[in-house]
Amino acid sequence: MEHNIPENQIAVEMRDIVLHFPGVVANDHVNFTLKRGEIHALLGENGAGKSTLMNILAGLYKPDSGMILINGEPVSFNSPRDAIAKGIGMVHQHFMLVSTLTVTENVLLGLNEPRFLMNLPEYDRKVAEIAESFGMKVDPTAKIWQLSVGEQQRVEILKALYRGAQILILDEPTAVLAPQEIQDLMKTMRLMVSEGKSIVFITHKLNEVMQVADRVTVLRKGKVTADGISVQDVTKEKLAELMVGRKVLFQLNKKPHTPGKVVLELQHVSALNNRGLPALKDVSLQVREGEILGIAGIAGNGQSELAEVITGLRACEGQVLINGKNVANQSPKTAIKQGTAHIPEDRTGVGTAPNLAITSNLIMKTYDSPPISENWHISYSAAQEFAANLKQQYEIQAPSVNTQVNKLSGGNLQKVILAREISSEPRLIIAVQPTRGLDVGAIEAIQNLLLEQREHNAAILLISEELDELLELSDRIAVIFEGELVGEFNTEEADLNTIGLMMTGALRSQV
Amino acid sequence: MSLPIHLQVEKRLDEPPRWLPVATSVGAIVLAFLISGVILLLIGGDPVKTFQYFYNAAFGSWGALSDVIVKATPLLLIGLGCGIAFRMKLWNIGAEGQFYIGAFCASLVPLVPLMNMETTPRAVVLLVMVLFGMIGGALYGFIPGFLKAKFNVSEIISTLMLNYVAVYWNNYWIYSTFSDAGFQMTPMFPKSAWLPRLADLTQQNRAFSGITLHLGVVFGLVAAVILTHVINHSRWGYEITLIGDNPKAAEYAGIDIKRNIILVFMLSGALAGLAGMSEVSGVVHRLQERISTNYGFSGVIVAWLAKLNPLATILVSFLFGALIVAGREIQPSGLYFLIQGTILFLVISSDVLLRYRIRFVRTSSEAA
Repeated sequence: MEHNIPENQIAVEMRDIVLHFPGVVANDHVNFTLKRGEIHALLGENGAGKSTLMNILAGLYKPDSGMILINGEPVSFNSPRDAIAKGIGMVHQHFMLVSTLTVTENVLLGLNEPRFLMNLPEYDRKVAEIAESFGMKVDPTAKIWQLSVGEQQRVEILKALYRGAQILILDEPTAVLAPQEIQDLMKTMRLMVSEGKSIVFITHKLNEVMQVADRVTVLRKGKVTADGISVQDVTKEKLAELMVGRKVLFQLNKKPHTPGKVVLELQHVSALNNRGLPALKDVSLQVREGEILGIAGIAGNGQSELAEVITGLRACEGQVLINGKNVANQSPKTAIKQGTAHIPEDRTGVGTAPNLAITSNLIMKTYDSPPISENWHISYSAAQEFAANLKQQYEIQAPSVNTQVNKLSGGNLQKVILAREISSEPRLIIAVQPTRGLDVGAIEAIQNLLLEQREHNAAILLISEELDELLELSDRIAVIFEGELVGEFNTEEADLNTIGLMMTGALRSQV
Repeated sequence: MSLPIHLQVEKRLDEPPRWLPVATSVGAIVLAFLISGVILLLIGGDPVKTFQYFYNAAFGSWGALSDVIVKATPLLLIGLGCGIAFRMKLWNIGAEGQFYIGAFCASLVPLVPLMNMETTPRAVVLLVMVLFGMIGGALYGFIPGFLKAKFNVSEIISTLMLNYVAVYWNNYWIYSTFSDAGFQMTPMFPKSAWLPRLADLTQQNRAFSGITLHLGVVFGLVAAVILTHVINHSRWGYEITLIGDNPKAAEYAGIDIKRNIILVFMLSGALAGLAGMSEVSGVVHRLQERISTNYGFSGVIVAWLAKLNPLATILVSFLFGALIVAGREIQPSGLYFLIQGTILFLVISSDVLLRYRIRFVRTSSEAA
């Protein structure tokens, strides 16, 4: 702990904060100090209590006990309004914008001024001025629905700045951004602290902490494991250990492997999304045995639809060939019969039945074949045995195979899905965001499982928003933008900058 | 704000103990009687005497007990049918209509007549009636099932509306073609179309004299046992459970959801149709108006109270049968509905205790 910070330099001090949620202690006697003019990273895994702590500071939750001092003065917030009045602004993971209004209108929403007559051009100018002074490119007259996710985030930051925020809380701001946008955001953050503002930067990505933060506080299971240590004094490995509670090896076991014959082939596939708009446009690709094809792209550019078309969950035009057999517009069963495993993006909404036991979830794709069932009868003793084996083999942490899966952590839930999908010895694996939101330890285990399947000659289509993951696992990377494949590379030749530009639609390769 | 102790509701993270669902249901029923007792007191009645009378009316004699079981039979069959549909989150509230159509189809056998009622053995007649009742109910259940699977029509609306269609369909035939000399009922069925009753055995044992208990209850018990097995030990039961918990996961696992919606609706309807057959063949012995005293809707309540468990449905329908029989004897006659409503309300509320635990917490002095 650093006690040598002069009083007048402290913007926020949170002392001994405790907050209980049903069944868990979200914040367990947490101390947190934010200096004026610094970027302070708040690091921790999902569910470590980072967002909770900052929601307390932003006036959304009231702590059970503890004290908050802003500029040395004790405060008690009853609503976000109180926090805003004290100069605290928070940009949430989920934006709170009215999509049919303009940028300026959104910035002004809820303010007392302008009172009656709206002189919008004047306010447009003011908003543009603030944006420019922090190096943010935004058109104040644009409607929100016309903006990209990155631009919408800038509007949220503008909202906070316009309200006079001196203390800015950014909750996982980089999760939705392309690499270039992340760089832009970091420049803006630097500019803001040089103007004397203070920033809390919530993240679970170690590289970003090392790159942009001055100090870092680490939370694990609601407790502080590193209290405002300087980033210069710490290594990435040490931070990972503080975050996870054990040593983490940043090493994957990827061996050279020669791909075999084509397993999956898409020929000129187009499909609509749930709103009836084009989601995939003339997509053609191939995945071979023992090969991982990575699909890079910002969320919502057709990735989910691509996976659904292949696994028979969505209708499409064009041909989807698995082992040479056209499975387009067939039932999910057809794809499963061809040896397709699907690790879906939505683990609780699609991948599992939350209120059923681990056993019932593990037999979802094998319940209709021996040894679990013969004819119409299901043998639950055979199912239990099958489940117990997988539980041990895939190290699923749970009291028993009868535990409901909604009681499992995200990592263990994903292991249930992987155990089910991989144990069928698939020829083709469609993995969508397989490590999203998981802790470092689980990510490592799951990535190694995918690599293992590659060695077993499975063809793997890996859809991910994490470029690092794609670069580490894939043999080839294709970039998707607005439902089109706009470029493809061998991973060794892939250039992060080029891929980033393609993800935002600024560049496409000539095919 | 300043109470020294406050209640804290916490989500249960562990499995609730196995006895807890039973305990909360029993507790809710006891509490419902207590509340009804208080209301009786308030309107100037004597709750102890009333409930004593209640008890005697339902269980005081073999005859009363037999009446209770007779009333429980349609509730059991309908409760089982609703329960299996509810497991898949299909809100079939059309059991009333499926009951009427089942009764109508079964009645066609003696009324048309579809076979020689004099010479055909009784067992054959009854078997054909059972099949007609079940097929009629199943076809009537097919309609909302098909509409739901094909066009995503809300089954709540379609089944509710089809109830009226069934009742008036029934009325048309009993007022016209099958009317008994212009009365709004059909002629009495010939004996071969009657389900055997205990009273039939009076010659063997005098004790059975006047006991109206009929074979229908056996249909209900057999159905409950078969359903338990289907739910717990069959592929189809697994598919129903999976679809009920997460239809998207079921679709992802390659299960044909549309087919299952239609099949479950047909099974649900077949059970209600069987209840209709059992009622006309075992109790009324003719087709007439109001053969159901809202069995189709009480069956919904029975299914919920039994937590969709077929074996528990046996117990709950028995309790409801007792309430109906005893309720007939009580003035004001609304008391039966009062208790029934209170029980339902409390049992459904008590579900909260299965998902949450409630703790008394001393308010901490440090909280600002």
